[in-house]
Amino acid sequence: MKKLLTALLFTPLMALANGPELHLDKAPISTEPAALQNGAKLFVNYCLNCHGASYMRYNRLQQIGLSEQMIKDNLMFTADKIGEPMRIAMQRDEAKAWFGAAPPDLTVISRSRASEFGSGADWLYTYLRSFYRDDARPTGWNNKVFENVGMPHVLYELQGEPTAKINEHDDGHGGKSKEIEIEAPAKPGKMTAEEYDHAVADLVSYLVWMGEPMAETRKSIGTAVIAFLGLLFVLSYLLKKNYWRDVH
Amino acid sequence: MTTKAQAVLDWVDARFPLTSSIKGHLTEYYAPKNFNFWYFFGSLALLVLVIQIVTGIFLVMHYKPDAALNASGIPAAFASVEYIMRDVPGGWIIRYLHSTGASAFFVVVYLHMFRGLLYGSYRKPRELIWVFGTLIFLALMAEAFMGYLLPWGQMSFWGAQVIVNLFSAIPVIGPDLSIVIRGDFVVSDATLNRFFSFHVIAVPLILIGLVVAHIVALHEVGSNNPDGVEIKKKKGADGHPLDGIPFHPYYTVKDIVGVVGFLIVFSFIVFFAPEGGGYFLEYNNFIPADPLKTPPHIAPVWYFTPFYSLLRAMVWPLFGLDAKFWGVVAMGAGVVILAFLPWLDRSPVKSIRYRGPIYKSLLALFVVAFAILGFLGTKPPSYAFFGVIPGAPVAQLFSLYYFLFFITMPWWSKMDKCKPEPERVTG
Repeated sequence: MKKLLTALLFTPLMALANGPELHLDKAPISTEPAALQNGAKLFVNYCLNCHGASYMRYNRLQQIGLSEQMIKDNLMFTADKIGEPMRIAMQRDEAKAWFGAAPPDLTVISRSRASEFGSGADWLYTYLRSFYRDDARPTGWNNKVFENVGMPHVLYELQGEPTAKINEHDDGHGGKSKEIEIEAPAKPGKMTAEEYDHAVADLVSYLVWMGEPMAETRKSIGTAVIAFLGLLFVLSYLLKKNYWRDVH
Repeated sequence: MTTKAQAVLDWVDARFPLTSSIKGHLTEYYAPKNFNFWYFFGSLALLVLVIQIVTGIFLVMHYKPDAALNASGIPAAFASVEYIMRDVPGGWIIRYLHSTGASAFFVVVYLHMFRGLLYGSYRKPRELIWVFGTLIFLALMAEAFMGYLLPWGQMSFWGAQVIVNLFSAIPVIGPDLSIVIRGDFVVSDATLNRFFSFHVIAVPLILIGLVVAHIVALHEVGSNNPDGVEIKKKKGADGHPLDGIPFHPYYTVKDIVGVVGFLIVFSFIVFFAPEGGGYFLEYNNFIPADPLKTPPHIAPVWYFTPFYSLLRAMVWPLFGLDAKFWGVVAMGAGVVILAFLPWLDRSPVKSIRYRGPIYKSLLALFVVAFAILGFLGTKPPSYAFFGVIPGAPVAQLFSLYYFLFFITMPWWSKMDKCKPEPERVTG
């Protein structure tokens, strides 16, 4: 009973603290081959060193408009045969020692990152644009969306080096709440802010495509299936009506 | 029929009850002519069972129940599901049919059970049909629970961990029992393999046996109907019920309409929203199982959440036993109490059409309670409606109502002001 009373006493407080709110930007993703190809290029160059995509075979990239030769010449750095999956050379236990956690496989990352706050694409799009300089971290980087993440800002040569202003204030319950405000890099990288957002959108588009490469096929088959079933529904209804005309 | 075909049929009939079975269960099984929308869900449950078995057979051809890590550090079971999704031709469609089928199974079964509540289908002489039905529901829950471990994602692993741990709350035998279920001290490769075995062999066998018993019992006494009157009481000169029509062709052609209607909705989910907004395929389950990383919030799949809420509602230790134990008791009782419904209901009429205001309002509230318990079961206990109304006490209140609805039924069902039942069905 005492436990119940304490529980009831604290419920209004708990109600206010329904877990941290996560504000995600809507990812402007695309299914256009040009965007996916650019995303694949970024993925292979910047991600596929620490992260694998071990259920994704190189030859599937033909689906986004690349020829086998183009894949072999431009994108296949860590495999010999076109049918191999996108594996990496880094050992998981070593990666764990270096980064604190082994970098996750990225094949289906866009599907796993969806939440009540937004799609997986929204999360990735916001995350990759939320790194900031933090000298307290071993990598020198921190992230607003994924606090104290083990991953450094691998795209910094494109974006530049954003910094952050951290405002701490009392949360009214004797604790401190932290508000992180990311500031644009003092010296931009190889890209302008707009170009960088665009590049990240392409990369995320690629990650979404890789998460379920048959998604577009699925939808087009689905349209045909439902059209067929719609027709069948009318016919089966007429058949039923005809059989039942003498039932009163 | 040609004489030759007739001769073959006669030969078979002398050795096997073929013609008589077809007559008894289809062409001369007389069903009430006034079935409505709610009567589609029995045949649809059978359809989904077939979908699950057929797609399951093909999934097993490529699925590997193996928790060992592959060269890329991914558990083989998880990787084999992605292999089916990507490298097996047509594998993705088989897998989505199976994963959507699991949720569809519970949708149609819940609606089928609700039909029973609406029209008193569990009442005499159909008590055994209902009891078999609750056993099917129980077997289905076991089947779904063990199947959910197989993709070996984070929710698979931690969901199984939480549920199997519940058994350890049972006094004396609990801790050993949970070890027997897991085959290990934690959910591991041994657990995965035994759940696989149960999911593809043991439980489906039980399920099919129970479904046969359910249908045999139904065909023995005949179907109830939306008016809740017995059609067998009024028979014509030919000895057939006046309000009955042969199941075949009338209900076979009608059920085809239901099947196609169902398939339209089902296909829409399979082809356009296979994740079901995170309810059919949970987002966290796209992360491989990691025994060292507990997710911040472990939620069972939607079809278990009303019962999960019953479990979480018990927060008080009683009689020197852990609150957890009483939670398990509440969850188990929540399912078992359904089986007693035929003996709890003392109303003079069966169908809601002739019941009084008490049943109508209490049943409506029961539906609301079940839905809210289900919703709250997907949320952490700290959840609050609109950020102000705390969810935990609401869940406790509705859990109490869930049980009171059944326990007090013998009294209020007798008291209710019912209308007289008609002599014949009203169409």
